[in-house]
Amino acid sequence: MSTPAASLALRKTPLNALHRRLGAKMVDFGGWDMPVEYSGLIAEHLTVRNSVGLFDVSHMGDMQLRGPGSLDAIQHLCMNDASRLQVGQAQYSAMLYPEGTFVDDVIVHKLGENDYLIVINAGTREKDYDWIRAGVSKFRSHVSDYSDYYTQLAIQGPRAAETLQKLTSIDLSTIKFYWFRWGTVCGLPNTLIARTGYTGEDGFEIYIPSDEATSERVWNEVIEAGKEFGILPCGLGARNTLRLESALSLYGHEISESLNVFEAGLDRFCKLDKGPFIGSGALQKVLAEGGPQKRLVGLEVIERGIARDGYRVLDLEGRSPIGYVTSGSPAPFLKKNIALAYVPREYDVPGREVSVEIRNSPVKARVVPIPFYRKPKKQA
Amino acid sequence: MAYPANYRYTREHEWIEVNGSAGTVGITDYAQNSLGDIVFVESPKVGDKVEKGKVFGSVESVKAVSDLFAPVSGTVTAINEELAGSPEKINTDAHTAWIMKIELSDPSEVDSLLSVEDYEKFIKEETGH
Repeated sequence: MSTPAASLALRKTPLNALHRRLGAKMVDFGGWDMPVEYSGLIAEHLTVRNSVGLFDVSHMGDMQLRGPGSLDAIQHLCMNDASRLQVGQAQYSAMLYPEGTFVDDVIVHKLGENDYLIVINAGTREKDYDWIRAGVSKFRSHVSDYSDYYTQLAIQGPRAAETLQKLTSIDLSTIKFYWFRWGTVCGLPNTLIARTGYTGEDGFEIYIPSDEATSERVWNEVIEAGKEFGILPCGLGARNTLRLESALSLYGHEISESLNVFEAGLDRFCKLDKGPFIGSGALQKVLAEGGPQKRLVGLEVIERGIARDGYRVLDLEGRSPIGYVTSGSPAPFLKKNIALAYVPREYDVPGREVSVEIRNSPVKARVVPIPFYRKPKKQA
Repeated sequence: MAYPANYRYTREHEWIEVNGSAGTVGITDYAQNSLGDIVFVESPKVGDKVEKGKVFGSVESVKAVSDLFAPVSGTVTAINEELAGSPEKINTDAHTAWIMKIELSDPSEVDSLLSVEDYEKFIKEETGH
């Protein structure tokens, strides 16, 4: 087998030393030295589906917009309708180029009137910051980059609430999915506790001070609190397979500067009726011209083989290329080989069969509904 | 994990245990550790010819697929059927979970492979510590 060369001068989160002490396998993720796995990807993945896992997601960026024009600025910059947000509520959204393609996908939190927090991806942090700064310049709003001020921890899985509840006086059952509150966590007052995540499970993301001592203390307290549930530290490997089973988009894969909102199937987060915003004109044109020509679909590989990122999708006969895989992997919980792929829209029909070119051979796959995995409804 | 002193190694992280003209081939602990959870092993068939330095199969983990390179040339005499159902055996003990057995066509090829000392030195250089 062959192995990749090591990279230099990577950025580190405040928990970098702890990850190394835990023996995590580290990788370069968008310029960050991040843990890809600790005990093993499959074990970590299953622990999040069945119980609870803890992730360091401090590489995510945090941009705060303040000032009387902040809502207008966000409405201009983002495709979802932020005017519908109440204080304490968050929404999935995206910033678009004038072409209707993606600058990045984001989560917008309404912290207060005229006060918003936009959580952005790590790999696009500088680009996003410049884009936001340019975008808000004509509004009465000021953007501050708080990315380095927070350590962001994600506590994810069906036992996440029970785990975190031990460490806070806030009644977590009062926080609905995609809402947040401030409360004392591990003795730290005014900690932002959001019921958000990227795993397809229930869970929370907390934002704590980014000094190493505090970050490690809170990490260890969460691990201690989750011990009775078999909590595991989880790396980006499991984060990726969890989000893939749940068909959540990843920048640079399902969404990018060359793919538009309708192709990516994110229509429901795009509110063309809210008024003009960057990219809305181009998207209206796409609709007027009959909609997107290609679509993101879920594939299940039905013959032996694992579809991986970048592989070509062929017609069923395995002759002509029709599309490509954006993310593909064995799915540890579903125990199937799954993929997200772009194909011509006439192929966006569950049950339709295609081939994926796996190491020079066509392997049969079937279009299936996404998400591949949906968390079970809560028992009363 | 200790690397057996009686095995020889490749720079592509395969091991071979040679007994006369019979060889047993697998991947090293370093290889399984870099791959992570292994979910599939693509083996050759009994009777297939393999050629030194050429691809004879692949291992797939959740994260990646990696080619397997033959340490020496020869003819496949057996494959480890157990790996079809339990590929994770390679993660558990890479140095006993063999992938194929071969009849060497030129046993002198073994001389060009790394000794355990050379291999351990090689992976220290690869990991940079």
